[in-house]
Amino acid sequence: MSALLSEKAPARTYAAHAKPWWQRTLMTRDAAIVALLVVVWTYASIAILNFSDPITVYFLVLDITPILLIALPMTLIIITGEIDLSVASVVGLSSVLFGVLHREGVPMVAAMVLALLACAVAGAFNGVLVTRYGLPSLAVTIGTMALFRGIAVGALGTTAITDWPDSWGDAVQARIGDTQIPLMTIPLVALIVVFAVILHFTPFGRGIFAAGLSKDAARFSGVNVDRTKLILFTLSGLVSGLAGIYFTLRYGSARGDNATGLELQVIAAVLLGGVSIFGGRGAIPGVIAGVVLIGTIGSALRLDGLSANLIQIITGVLLIAAVIAASVLGWTGRIVGTYRRQLSSDEPSSKNSKKSE
Amino acid sequence: MTSKFRRAGSAVAIVAALGLALSACGGGSGSGSDGEGGGDTSSITFIPKNLGNPYFDASDAGGKKAAEEIGTEWKQVGPTESTPDSQVSFINTATQQRAGALVVSANDPTAIGDALEEARNAGTKVVTMDSDTEPQFRDVFVSQADAAGIAKSQVDLIAEQIGDKGEIAILSAAANATNQNEWIKLMEEELAANHPDIKLVDTVYGNDDDQTSFDKTAGLLQSHPNLKGIISPTTVGIAAAARYLSDSQYKGKVSLTGLGTPNQMREYVKDGTVKAFALWDPEQLGYLSAFAADALASGDIEGKEGDTFEAGELGEYTVGADGVIVLGEPTVFDESNIDDFDF
Repeated sequence: MSALLSEKAPARTYAAHAKPWWQRTLMTRDAAIVALLVVVWTYASIAILNFSDPITVYFLVLDITPILLIALPMTLIIITGEIDLSVASVVGLSSVLFGVLHREGVPMVAAMVLALLACAVAGAFNGVLVTRYGLPSLAVTIGTMALFRGIAVGALGTTAITDWPDSWGDAVQARIGDTQIPLMTIPLVALIVVFAVILHFTPFGRGIFAAGLSKDAARFSGVNVDRTKLILFTLSGLVSGLAGIYFTLRYGSARGDNATGLELQVIAAVLLGGVSIFGGRGAIPGVIAGVVLIGTIGSALRLDGLSANLIQIITGVLLIAAVIAASVLGWTGRIVGTYRRQLSSDEPSSKNSKKSE
Repeated sequence: MTSKFRRAGSAVAIVAALGLALSACGGGSGSGSDGEGGGDTSSITFIPKNLGNPYFDASDAGGKKAAEEIGTEWKQVGPTESTPDSQVSFINTATQQRAGALVVSANDPTAIGDALEEARNAGTKVVTMDSDTEPQFRDVFVSQADAAGIAKSQVDLIAEQIGDKGEIAILSAAANATNQNEWIKLMEEELAANHPDIKLVDTVYGNDDDQTSFDKTAGLLQSHPNLKGIISPTTVGIAAAARYLSDSQYKGKVSLTGLGTPNQMREYVKDGTVKAFALWDPEQLGYLSAFAADALASGDIEGKEGDTFEAGELGEYTVGADGVIVLGEPTVFDESNIDDFDF
């Protein structure tokens, strides 16, 4: 019995570090998706007229900003094995609250903070239902997706608030100096770094992976799984609220139906970026590449004159292909792993037997 | 057992890898062959509110016809849903392509403004058609008809059909659609001024979605039992309302008029659900917009008040105040003339 344990334990603990660091970095799904992005970008620059123009980057960054923002907390939530489908409705809610407060004469910054707080509460509401009452997040957030959207559209009626100071809209769309890089890139990159550090370099982040791999094992090793999830859902609400503010300022229009359907784009990008829908696996760099990849494909196909329907079909096929590829890779990986373990467990046991002789 | 399992696994892996490779190739080569086509400096790009809308199919046909007569490149792109943010990425694409001119039917008067400004900074001329933006965001607006004329013709039609007395309601498109709201406002004014016995009891929004419009019509008839007429100033709305009325007890009792296309409304005019409705010819609207776009792109006009240009078979047009070009009076369609039109 004890012999069995001592044989298996090292294989599990050190398997991930058995290869040299460059192999561990390059032969991952993250690296694959980054490589795919580079290939698509290079191909589009050569084959598609006007794609290599620097302004492509400007429009691309502005277009993917809300998706990228929400993809950050979404990644963390999906790694814990949960999902948040209400994010796009929170964007609408944030936009409407911001708009109504602005219309009622609340100063811009105060209106922004109040809208963000409300969205954090909306996210926490999801979190409480999931953690306190143990409800499946899929069901909870389908419900709140309708609920938040309903409140957003209901609060403003079917009108829009379009009376925004130009300076704010200009600030959101400003460029860095004479380049075609939006100023928004700076806070965006900062936020990406924050999330990457949280997920990959803190005990809290390791708790996120642990919760996704095995809730019980995580709990027994001292991770407060419920608290972790509650924090993540709140964070998701807050960041979605931020995306709502961005949406409102960029388009100068606060509407209840802003960002309808955005949740699917976010989840598609996150899964494309190599995060396992079953939880426990994923990384921020891959997700960023996934978001940029989806944006790049859309941008390239539009420049190529393809219709919106066709772009959706191609994105859908790509997503399914990515998920299938992930499952198949995982499967073969496991089989190969089992095979290797069999081989390696054969060898030491024969050495042991020799020694004992 | 394990070896069989392993073999099945690798077979699936190979098939999946092949599938991936094939799909990647398919997408790649397809876009590649299209990509070589576009040198776009004098092209005209049409961006309708959404694709698959018969009204914009007609205006696109007109735009295409005009482009052929002018001898310039024409293309049509657009979102599948009529939301403003979805139009922005297509406007941006036209900017990147350095399109000569852009003809847009705006889903929102301000939301696409910055994108249009960006396009104009890059040298692209901007024509709005059918639904305007704020005037500072475009060069000219090609208006289907003068708004007051549209409002009055619909009020006159309903007044004639219900005997100038009773309750009516309006079934509109999106609550934020610029043109719809302007017409509704003018209809209210026209009713108050010239038709004191007609009472507007409700305005509902079908969002230019067939099913929503259908359901809203049912709702209107249930909540207002004394309703005598419905005005639907949108082609999707009037067709959905006519479909509901034609199968209901209200057929022939509740009058319906508004803005519709002859092809959509033909069967309802013939079966007596609808007596008469109005519309400008969207094909002519697209046709005129393309000529206006070309006149701007080639530098013939600047879009100032008093500028004149030739619009093919429609003759000469003059740019009015605020850069507005008016197509003309709406046409009334009824049983006597509906078969003369095909759009």
